[in-house]
Amino acid sequence: MAVLVLAEHDGKQLKPGVTNLLTAAAKLGDVTVLVAGTQASEAAQAAAKVAGVKKVLLTEAPIYEGSAAENLAALVLTIAEQYSHILGPASAYGKNVLPRVAASLDVQQISEISAVESADTFVRPTYAGNAMATVQSSDRIKVITVRATAFDPAGEQAAAPVENLAPGPDLGLTQFKGAELSKSERPELTAARIIVSGGRGMGSAENFKLIEALADKLGAAVGASRAAVDSGFMPNEYQVGQTGKIVAPELYIAIGISGAIQHLAGMKDSKVIVAINKDAEAPIFSVASYWLVDDLFKAVPELTQELSA
Amino acid sequence: MKVLVTVKRVIDPYVKVRVKSDGSGVETANIKMTMNPFCEIAVEQAVRMKEAGVVTEIVVVSVGAMQSQETLRTAMAMGADRGILVDAGVDIEPLAVAKLLKAIIQKENPQLVITGKQAIDDDSNQTGQMISALMGWPQATFISNITVNGDTADVTREIDGGLEKLTIKLPAVVTSDLRLNEPRYVTLPNIMKAKKKPMEVIKPDALGVDVTPRLKTLKVQEPPSRSAGVKVADVKELVAKLRNEARVI
Ligand SMILES: Cc1cc2nc3c(=O)[nH]c(=O)nc-3n(C[C@H](O)[C@H](O)[C@H](O)COP(=O)(O)OP(=O)(O)OC[C@H]3O[C@@H](n4cnc5c(N)ncnc54)[C@H](O)[C@@H]3O)c2cc1C
Ligand SMILES: Nc1ncnc2c1ncn2[C@@H]1O[C@H](COP(=O)(O)O)[C@@H](O)[C@H]1O
Repeated sequence: MAVLVLAEHDGKQLKPGVTNLLTAAAKLGDVTVLVAGTQASEAAQAAAKVAGVKKVLLTEAPIYEGSAAENLAALVLTIAEQYSHILGPASAYGKNVLPRVAASLDVQQISEISAVESADTFVRPTYAGNAMATVQSSDRIKVITVRATAFDPAGEQAAAPVENLAPGPDLGLTQFKGAELSKSERPELTAARIIVSGGRGMGSAENFKLIEALADKLGAAVGASRAAVDSGFMPNEYQVGQTGKIVAPELYIAIGISGAIQHLAGMKDSKVIVAINKDAEAPIFSVASYWLVDDLFKAVPELTQELSA
Repeated sequence: MKVLVTVKRVIDPYVKVRVKSDGSGVETANIKMTMNPFCEIAVEQAVRMKEAGVVTEIVVVSVGAMQSQETLRTAMAMGADRGILVDAGVDIEPLAVAKLLKAIIQKENPQLVITGKQAIDDDSNQTGQMISALMGWPQATFISNITVNGDTADVTREIDGGLEKLTIKLPAVVTSDLRLNEPRYVTLPNIMKAKKKPMEVIKPDALGVDVTPRLKTLKVQEPPSRSAGVKVADVKELVAKLRNEARVI
């Protein structure tokens, strides 16, 4: 079977999660990766070196600036009929483009799969991960987004061939006006080995410095609950949860986070979970590997201190 | 301009969802239902645009069972002008919903369609994008801001790395993210007023749409549960456990 993967990248590198997605794709057949953007050749070279990739298609054109959902979907449609499966990441990028592809092909997309059972059967979380549904698709082409945390990253290989693919039509429907991307020295949330997350209990944006100091000590990424983002303590892209980012690091430290199901949905597959909360009844403790009932303003500086010792 | 807002009736987000013991789905009997939170945000946005004089009429549409009329009434109590229920029974997939909504959009001719970014039951995050594709319209998903300027709109989208700004041609489909606004509470007088607002009920057949599912649910299971954790007495013990037992630091 022929599988097409729409790879997310920043021009130079593949985004974290794409190699996990390629592990899922390789279970389904021969993988062709499509790397499209204003400048994408370095990312295409990177894709060629991921184990299991048979071929890379590179498309570069100004019309793929920004998210460009309409033009990207139109590009995928120029080659879609050659494939039995079309996969993309279950990230803001993949969620933006692939449903357009699916609807245009008259197929029902299978969102955010966490396991591949066979060529037509997949497992996907529903109800914020509280119900895992096994679904079988009868569509002729399967359009799928993949939850990166559910698959191991693929390894490396000698580079597969990279071919140019002509740009698709410019539909001219939207105009990119710019992006405000957060710059941080810390690891990216979805790629981090350790994440330190703060919630409403932090009390203010200023107090998030406590989280950042601990994160820096651990070489960790910083995350936040929705309440912390809504309160303006942290920008939106830090939100972990059902409607934010799905993460599964080796260590997740939740500080001043109560543990609402929507938050748990985004982090409960982490290997080790630590929770620090002053409320001994906080639901976060139900998923914690280690939990400490204490005031965070005392415990967090102490923890940072202890790690320096 | 006219705005069409889609609303879905879902299990209340704060209810603990239970998987049925026979693995056929989740328990829905006697469970509190509500408007999908992202749809509330979508309705609120339309109402604010009407209050600002940008929008003249708000039509709310739901695809589902007859009970979804309650959800439409709530949207009308928030300020929508009229409701349309596509009585399709239960468990309609996003592609079929998008096709039904396309048929309604072709009758209603709105300049803007606002959907939620995601229904919190199926967590599909597809329907808005699908409507937009079927209509051949621009889309702006996961928006946290929108300003209409004549026949275009400026939008801000929440993306993984931060924010993105787009100008989109109208008509278009946008999908609401959490920080677009905070929905108002409905008041009793407005609930009374909403009862008098027009509501139309249509069958899928009348729209010429085939709603046969493409996905067959083979089984539904609880997620694997985590093994019980341990309470630590203090920070020192926590660090010792992380170093020597879990070996993650
Ligand atoms: C449609 C929808 C989608 C959602 N999506 C998400 C999502 O993606 N991610 C998400 O996180 N939430 C999401 N939510 C919100 C979720 O339901 C909760 O409201 C939110 O997670 C609460 O955040 P919190 O735990 O920081 O705040 P709270 O629930 O207010 O908890 C704060 C915690 O801090 C503790 N605390 C306070 N002070 C201290 C102190 N000094 N020391 C120690 N502990 C302290 C308190 O005991 C409490 O447990 C969503 C909700 C809905 C309806
Ligand atoms: N049955 C439905 N009736 C009305 N609107 C719906 C329905 N299903 C999905 N939608 C809309 O599409 C959005 C995204 O849903 P989904 O693609 O299912 O995650 C929801 O927030 C609704 O606005």
